[in-house]
Amino acid sequence: MSLKAFHVVFIAASVMLCLGFAGWSFGNYRELSSAKDLYWAVASVAAAVGLLVYGRYFLRKLKNISYL
Amino acid sequence: MEIPYTYKPRPDTGLYNAKVGIWLFLASEIMLFGALFSSYILLRVQAPMGQWPTVAGAWPTGLLNIPIGTFNTAVLITSSVTVVLAWAALKMNNFKAFRRYMVVTLVCAFGFLGIKSYEYNEKFTHYELRLKSGEAYTGHIEVNGKHAGFWDFGSIYNLARLEKDQVAEIKFTADPPKPKPGEKHAEGAAHTHEVKTIKREDIAKLDAFILRNHTFFGIYFVITALHGLHVLGGALVLGYFAFPGASMWKRNPEQFANRIEVAGLFWHFVDLVWIFLFPVVYLL
Repeated sequence: MSLKAFHVVFIAASVMLCLGFAGWSFGNYRELSSAKDLYWAVASVAAAVGLLVYGRYFLRKLKNISYL
Repeated sequence: MEIPYTYKPRPDTGLYNAKVGIWLFLASEIMLFGALFSSYILLRVQAPMGQWPTVAGAWPTGLLNIPIGTFNTAVLITSSVTVVLAWAALKMNNFKAFRRYMVVTLVCAFGFLGIKSYEYNEKFTHYELRLKSGEAYTGHIEVNGKHAGFWDFGSIYNLARLEKDQVAEIKFTADPPKPKPGEKHAEGAAHTHEVKTIKREDIAKLDAFILRNHTFFGIYFVITALHGLHVLGGALVLGYFAFPGASMWKRNPEQFANRIEVAGLFWHFVDLVWIFLFPVVYLL
């Protein structure tokens, strides 16, 4: 597996972490009604979207490099 | 004698030798961190139910600084992006961009370690206090009018040390109570930090948030310190390739790009460990 392929796996794991963190923060917001938790949730979803956009850019930029 | 397959793929594996080597090494690393993650989970599920420190052996939650941990996660994700862009820059024959991305990666690596050392210091100066009356608290202490300094191991106290130093009493600032589920959180409300004077003879246990205090701190420091050592090792290798080792680019650019790829694979592994470590240790 090349660095390109591992990077794709890493970005996918990071996106899942961001979404998981957003879910965790939103759960806290529902439980404690702290606005800070809501900001964390929104920021995490934004980070997940940002990583997905970056992932697309990365795959386009390195389209000539092998996954092996 | 020339070392074979440093940049040409070996016919039987289809890969250059260093790539096979790094994946074998990473397989052993997965076993190492896998064993530690399993230990963490087993220790946690076997801990008694209840809220620590009220229940002595219960698993402490909410002790780690989540904003700082989140920031450090973002720092490591950024460093993985820049290390792969550095490798891509070499593939596109752009050495200047390679060096720029490597410098950003190094700043992130040492930034992560700096932030982690601040977080460790927060733990070394934080205490669990149990009184003979049965009450238990977490908070900060002041002994003989002094607070602990940064990474000041000499000022870590326990009950035995208080007795040895003949300290008659300490000042203790307890942490504010955690909001209970369903309890509305008052934004901006000032937490009361009441300073109590505690006599030594009333203390049943006093210990900082260090390895010996609780299995949680034992496994937390072992995993995060081992991860930190990997970050340091990776940063030293990347630093070598960014500066003194970069002269290889002129002699053998293909082999140099492969070295960066191998270092980048290790770096990604270290960052991926953190991606799993952060939710397990900080959030759950």
